[in-house]
Amino acid sequence: MLFRYRGREGMLAWAFHRISGVAIWAFVVLHVVDIYLVGGDPKAYDTILQVYASLPGRIAEMLLGAALLYHALNGLRIILMDLWPAMTRYHRALWYGSWVVFTGVGLPVAYEIMAPVFGWTQFFR
Amino acid sequence: MSLYSRSGRPRPSGSRRELVLWYLMRITGLALFVLALAHYLILHFVFDPAEQNVAFITDARWSQLFWRALDWTLLMLVLFHAFIGVRTVVVDYVHGPRRRRAVIWSLYAIAAAVFVLGTSVVMTLPSPAMN
Repeated sequence: MLFRYRGREGMLAWAFHRISGVAIWAFVVLHVVDIYLVGGDPKAYDTILQVYASLPGRIAEMLLGAALLYHALNGLRIILMDLWPAMTRYHRALWYGSWVVFTGVGLPVAYEIMAPVFGWTQFFR
Repeated sequence: MSLYSRSGRPRPSGSRRELVLWYLMRITGLALFVLALAHYLILHFVFDPAEQNVAFITDARWSQLFWRALDWTLLMLVLFHAFIGVRTVVVDYVHGPRRRRAVIWSLYAIAAAVFVLGTSVVMTLPSPAMN
C-alpha cells in the first residue's frame, strides 16, 4: 500500500519516519527496563545480554541501528526544511542524499556488528 | 510543489503549547542526533555486546560520573522526544476525545514509570571503582 499510493518520496519519507520512530520508542521502553535489571536483578541482566551477542540478537541490533540512523538523517532533513523553507523544493534530492549517507555509514557498522558471529576480520575493534 | 508532502509536521499556529512542543521536538531531535547515535556506536560498534555484562557497566561505564550524567541526559531527551512523538501518532489515529485522553494518559503513565526506573538505576547503582 505504501508503494502503490501516489504519495511518492515525501510520503514514504514520512511513513518510514513514523514507523522507525514508534519502533525506537518501543525499544527504549524495553531497554530502560533491562538496564534497570543491572541493579534490580544482575543475573537476569547477564542472561539477557547474551541475547544481544547471539545471531538473532545482532540482526535485531542492526535493524535498531538502521531505524535510528534513518530517523536521525530524515529528522535532520525535516529540520533543514523547517528552518529554510526554500529547501522544500529539493525535498526529494535531500531524501536520496540521506540514503547515500545511510548506506555509507550503515554498511561498515553492520559489518562490524555481524563480524564476530561469522569469524570475519574486525577492522575497528 | 505543494502536491508533495514536506514529510514533517507543519508548524502549529493555533496553540501556544503545541508550538512549544513542536520546537522542543526539533531541539531534542538535534541533541539526540549526536547523543543517541554516539550511544549506539559506543555500545554496539566500539564495544562488542559479547564483552558486556553487569561488571562492564559497574566497573567500566558507570564508574565515572561523566557517563552516568550523560546517560541520564540521554534518557531525559529520549523520553521527551519518544513520548511526545508517539503522542502525535496517537492524536492522528485515535479519535474520540475520551478514548484519546485515555490513551494519552496511559502513555504518560508509562513515561513516568520509565523515568522512575531509569533515574533510580543510574543514580543508585553501586560501583566499586567509583570514588
